[in-house]
Amino acid sequence: MKFDEIRKHLSRFRVGIAGAGGLGSNCAVALTRCGIGSLVIADHDSVEEPNLNRQYYFTDQIGKAKTIALEENLSRINPETHVVSFQTILDKSNISGIFSGCDVIVEAFDSAEMKKMLIETVQTQLPHIPIVVASGLAGWGKNNTIRFRKIDDTLYICGDESSDVNDDLPPMAPRVGIVANMQANVVVEILMQKSIRQ
Amino acid sequence: MKILLNNREEEFPREPISISELISMKKFSFRMRIIKVNGIFIPQDQYGSTLVRDGDRVQMHYLMSGG
Repeated sequence: MKFDEIRKHLSRFRVGIAGAGGLGSNCAVALTRCGIGSLVIADHDSVEEPNLNRQYYFTDQIGKAKTIALEENLSRINPETHVVSFQTILDKSNISGIFSGCDVIVEAFDSAEMKKMLIETVQTQLPHIPIVVASGLAGWGKNNTIRFRKIDDTLYICGDESSDVNDDLPPMAPRVGIVANMQANVVVEILMQKSIRQ
Repeated sequence: MKILLNNREEEFPREPISISELISMKKFSFRMRIIKVNGIFIPQDQYGSTLVRDGDRVQMHYLMSGG
């Protein structure tokens, strides 16, 4: 299949991204370059200087809401991808409203508690929507420990599933970027297998 | 009873046991996890009331911080 045909197919789908930090911003960039039709992005934070070690923002965006900064960056890459963003803290009460129209949801949070809350909410309230989770990306090196597992048709996990972030094992651009792009790769794979929505 | 825990056969002295009992019997520590029993997602607030029986397939996946 030629790239133009792939892009045309992907332009018919909508992908939700929960979190616009290291995982979410990099995953959104990859999906935008692939020509996904629309992205629904939710985050409540603003861009801060320490984020620039791994997140897809620029020094002149410090202080800006991540949702707005990311929308700007994505539109500079591919204005054809429609971005809908929500500057809000996601919780059990608003997740299904925000992401119910999505074909796939990407879990792109930092904290394990938020990851768990999102997975639990999507699996119970939106059980038909596949969720692509990131778990284990702290530090550097150890390329071969990063893996992908399909648990079932609704749950996919990317990461080493063992390294937790701490002061001596911070999240860094290479491994965060690998996992974020792995998530985008899973999304593309899921959508390429889907027939076109009527 | 015998169950499949993360694709490995495990034996328990009685049947049924709750998810909470399974976690404490296995001495699993505090790490953040999600659980599916026979492919069905079990929310945390149902760990005490969800029973695991002989032949069940239990999957536990661990959630690491960082993103």
